[in-house]
Amino acid sequence: MKAAPFEYSRPAGIDEACALLAADESARVIAGGQTLVAMMAMRLARPTRLIDINRIAALSYIRAEKETIAIGATTRQCVVERDPLVAAKLPLLARAIPWIGHAATRARGTIGGSLANADPAAECALIAVTLDAVLAYRASGASHEVAARDFFIGPMITTLPAGAVLTGVRFPVWSGKVGTGFHEVNARQSDFAFVTAAAQVELGCDGACKRIAISVGAVTDFPMRLESAEQQLKGGKLDYAAVKAAVTDALADIDALADLHASAEYRKRVAIKLAMRAVADARDRALGKTVQDTAHAH
Amino acid sequence: MSQAPSHHRYVSADRRVREDRRFVVGKGKFVADMALPNTKHVALVTCPHAAARIVSIDASRALKMPGVHYVLEGRELAAATLPLMTGLDTPNVPRRPLAFEVARYSGEWVAAVVADSRALAEDAAEEIDVQYEALPFVLDAEKALEPASPLVHEAHGSNVLLDKNFVWGDVEKDFAASPRKLSLRVKWGRSSTVPIETFGVVANWDPWRDMLDVYASIQMPRYADQIGLALKIPVTSVRVHHDVDVGGSYGVKRGIKHTVLAGYLSRRLGFPVRLIEDRLENMRGGDAHGPERLFDVDVAFDDAGIVRSMKMRALENVGAYAGRSPFQLGKPIGAIVGPYKIKSVQYRAIAVVTNKTTQDAVRGFGQGPTNLALERCMDEVAHVLGLDPIEIRRRNMIRHDEFPYLIPSGTTYDSGDYHIVIDKVVADSGYENLKAERDRLRAQGKLAGIGVAACLEPSGGNATFEALLNPAITTSTFMDSCRINVDGMGFITATMHTTSSGQGHETLLATVIGEVLQVDPDIIRVTRPDSLNSLPSGTPVGSRMAIMLGGAAFHAAEKLRTKFTTIAAHDLGIPLERAVYAQGNVHDRNAPAHKRTWAELVQIAYRNYHRMPAGMQPGLAVEHIYQVPTGGTLPTADGRVQMYPCFSFEFHLLLISIDPDLGRPEIVSYRLGHDCGTQISPKIVRGMTIGGIAHGIGAALYEEFAYNDDGQLIAQTFMDYLLPSSHEVPAIEIFDHETPSPYTVLGQKGTGESGYLGAPAAIANAINDALRPLGISTNTLPIKVSKLGDMIAQAREKIKAKKDTE
Amino acid sequence: MRIELDINGAVRELEVEPRTTLLDCLRDQLALTGAHAGCEHGVCGACTVLFDGVAVRSCLMFAVQAQGSAVTTIEGVTPGPGELSVIQDTFCETHGMQCGYCTPAMVLVAHALLADNPEPTRAEIVDAISGNICRCTGYAQIVEAIALAAERMRGANRPKDARK
Repeated sequence: MKAAPFEYSRPAGIDEACALLAADESARVIAGGQTLVAMMAMRLARPTRLIDINRIAALSYIRAEKETIAIGATTRQCVVERDPLVAAKLPLLARAIPWIGHAATRARGTIGGSLANADPAAECALIAVTLDAVLAYRASGASHEVAARDFFIGPMITTLPAGAVLTGVRFPVWSGKVGTGFHEVNARQSDFAFVTAAAQVELGCDGACKRIAISVGAVTDFPMRLESAEQQLKGGKLDYAAVKAAVTDALADIDALADLHASAEYRKRVAIKLAMRAVADARDRALGKTVQDTAHAH
Repeated sequence: MSQAPSHHRYVSADRRVREDRRFVVGKGKFVADMALPNTKHVALVTCPHAAARIVSIDASRALKMPGVHYVLEGRELAAATLPLMTGLDTPNVPRRPLAFEVARYSGEWVAAVVADSRALAEDAAEEIDVQYEALPFVLDAEKALEPASPLVHEAHGSNVLLDKNFVWGDVEKDFAASPRKLSLRVKWGRSSTVPIETFGVVANWDPWRDMLDVYASIQMPRYADQIGLALKIPVTSVRVHHDVDVGGSYGVKRGIKHTVLAGYLSRRLGFPVRLIEDRLENMRGGDAHGPERLFDVDVAFDDAGIVRSMKMRALENVGAYAGRSPFQLGKPIGAIVGPYKIKSVQYRAIAVVTNKTTQDAVRGFGQGPTNLALERCMDEVAHVLGLDPIEIRRRNMIRHDEFPYLIPSGTTYDSGDYHIVIDKVVADSGYENLKAERDRLRAQGKLAGIGVAACLEPSGGNATFEALLNPAITTSTFMDSCRINVDGMGFITATMHTTSSGQGHETLLATVIGEVLQVDPDIIRVTRPDSLNSLPSGTPVGSRMAIMLGGAAFHAAEKLRTKFTTIAAHDLGIPLERAVYAQGNVHDRNAPAHKRTWAELVQIAYRNYHRMPAGMQPGLAVEHIYQVPTGGTLPTADGRVQMYPCFSFEFHLLLISIDPDLGRPEIVSYRLGHDCGTQISPKIVRGMTIGGIAHGIGAALYEEFAYNDDGQLIAQTFMDYLLPSSHEVPAIEIFDHETPSPYTVLGQKGTGESGYLGAPAAIANAINDALRPLGISTNTLPIKVSKLGDMIAQAREKIKAKKDTE
Repeated sequence: MRIELDINGAVRELEVEPRTTLLDCLRDQLALTGAHAGCEHGVCGACTVLFDGVAVRSCLMFAVQAQGSAVTTIEGVTPGPGELSVIQDTFCETHGMQCGYCTPAMVLVAHALLADNPEPTRAEIVDAISGNICRCTGYAQIVEAIALAAERMRGANRPKDARK
């Protein structure tokens, strides 16, 4: 299980990386490499050139920018996991990160790499879609932005143009009485998810839902926002019956994925349950209640 | 039978395991660490079809690549070598390292590339153009039995390798006389032991010495014999190095096809050849899958729950070639009734070939699946009678005072105290608390269940099942050996004659010899001579090494002690009976100060022949070749035979909780009663026990070599074949008990398998207990999350629909 | 490609193909065979090394990528010939292994964990080693080894009465 031969470049800056990428359509960017290198070992991926962006210092950061938290593309998942700013401002992301692989893969794996890889089960992609994150990329010497919801279009498929390099992602920060919920089910605790669900809510002083975002992942080709459910639930109290009805309705017509590990029926059914749980956790946390996460006692 | 010493000094003491020091610093010597100069590397070309005729192989492009030395095809290899040895007489099911004319499973090796590096070999393998003509194939064992099924081996005329029916006792009468009967279909899914180190071999032919040096991660009886036979060279031209550490095996490291291939290539090409499977080669074509077995079981019992008779049909899907797999239907005969007093048994064992990867021996050698079937039945009997599952087992179990106990299939169990072990597990309200916890979980909306399973671990290895399934085989021994030499300076060296894969055999040997010689085991050097310098060893299979290597070491040490004592008595001028051996010195019982020290006795044996007893050999070398206790007999005409000598016992009790919405089982607590007789090294016993349970958790819940309808293995990486991690293995509370075996030198029994033999049954029983309120059950392993979740959802819908209509 | 690697505190200069993983480079070119290949696709953890002090899979990065970082292998945490680190010693004390194949990786993970968290709970130890598959032990004696090492390391260099 050895990778096919390739050339290796370690550009000093982002535009140099773009130029290298533009020069060879079979070249690939490597960030953490936690998926790519395994695929290369099995020769399921065989880039002619690897463009290593790990040492471009400008791509690794976590900082507050206006009403957002901006995270550089090569920021390691383990750094995000332990970052106090993320914990304070992006509790939903903080909640989901420990579910990515193992500590040893989060030590190398990056936020940008996970987003660009666009695995349907990826936690980062789910949170980006849930929070309406904006992804930044560089192409042909210019900077561009794309909404997370417009970025993921299929399993391992994104709208990132050929020759472009993802540079970072900005997650909007919600204020007010905000609560979050994240649930995931898999065979073993660190496996690829069968289903993930994320929810973030903001409650008014009266306890009514002012703002809500709900998504499920690993169920369809890319993370799915439950917009109709959000519409239905806004203004309400997020009680069990209402959430159940809204979520069930939103997932009624989906074409769920099926594979060796989970049937389509399973994914569809459990997506409803986990989305309900995520919303319930988010509501309770917004109300100041203590809610235990199901696993990962971090 | 030797008398076990009443007080042990080193045996059963909580001592360190000597092998550990080299492993914690990364200085184990594994096969991939072997670096012979000028070694070339092998990669394999594998068949992408479930079955195909090989039309042509064009290696011309590959051979032109720099660094590529050779491409070997099945045709050349088949012409130059003999098919691999198999256990059954099935000459028309030949097994070879590379497919010849027809490939019979997806992943089967078709050609081998030799290159300067593994990466270059893989590059070249991609350039080899093989033309295939796809053939019809069969994956399912029941379909393979049908007359219309495609034949995996055309010349064999059917897909059946083995179909034997045994009747022990008056089954029909016992069934007729029993007021109650019950039938169950149980399926054990295809999984295996999957060590973290794949199989690897380095072979180096020296034409000037006529010697094939073999370094391999092997665990296999008669390895050198099989290499020599297949390569058509004398076994004295095969030198297997036993001092290679094996990175886990648990039965499957039987890379005979790899070795014949590498050995042939080294002879053909004149340099060392190394074949280390990568994970894909290992999972698809390493021929290391384990049992995939379907049981149909009928039991006859009375209103008190006493099971009188059993009919069991076991259908094994062995994969494309025979290997050792069919015999895995034979070993369970030696404990076919488990720990229960079932009076009569009918057993039909059927092995069929299919277009799946070939199996090899897996931990327990078939006992795990059989125990699952038996223990599921016991639970169902309890359920239909409304009896407690522990109570029903107590009623059926052999009592302590009934040992040695002869079971219907001809084996006598050595010893046991099953009821006491259960008492220990359920003591201190262990069982009551567990039931309360289950009820608490149920009240919270969880599906919760208690699982109970007993199991026996036949140990000591005596492969008379071979003779039972193939009358052409007349083997009635399964020996092991030890040589001890005290050198001219008085230092002790002991030898063992096989490899180890984590069982701590060097520690075992030193501990037993230290015990007998009354010297600190730490000063005893243990070595592993190569196969040409070795005495016979049955290798670490069949849960046998504590019994067999331990037995050989014990007897060799006793011989040495006797020699010391005899020399001393002669030199002291006293009768032998008065000479007392104590901590290496020998004194006169009547005058303790009148003695000879170890150093003086060494001096006599090595340099003062004139002081030796007449006729005694000089020096201090002894050896013992130990016959398996209770061995030496062949099957009777009615199919009864004594199999393994010793029977360890385990009793598993666990609580599982399932989130009904997700179907994800979690083991809440796990209690285990364990009795393997005298524990020579308690740390090793504990590790083997818990490790076995972890392995059993995998077989029950996570691991399966799943195939799609096209015959492609779809669980071929560790992303899809799921091995339990630390998250999946709960803390396990062990309750030890020691019922010594009367047949072994220290009362020891085997311990490497029972965790694995009992856990799957206990987990399946727990899940069925949890499902009972929904009116559903499952008898197919592994019980995976999605499958369980879908079952629960359907059952709940049905219940809801029923409520709605009421 | 010509690269310089900082391995166990010493800089080594060598020629590697870009496709050579750090694991293969350590084993085949530097004869540091304590890191083991188990799956070569990042799941089993047998190839774990410390990369700037953090446990990573050496099969999931190429040697060329390691330039400029400090790589520590099991050979680098062993104090000297015949000497064991506290963690290596407690693995022997509890027999936290059987075949020894996953062991160097487990020891390194334990080193990384205890450097970061001197007082881990059982759950934290279990989580820390969850990315490393051991097929032999069922993990109990590995968890005990790490807990015992943590206790001993906390106890070292502290006045006797201050030890818990």
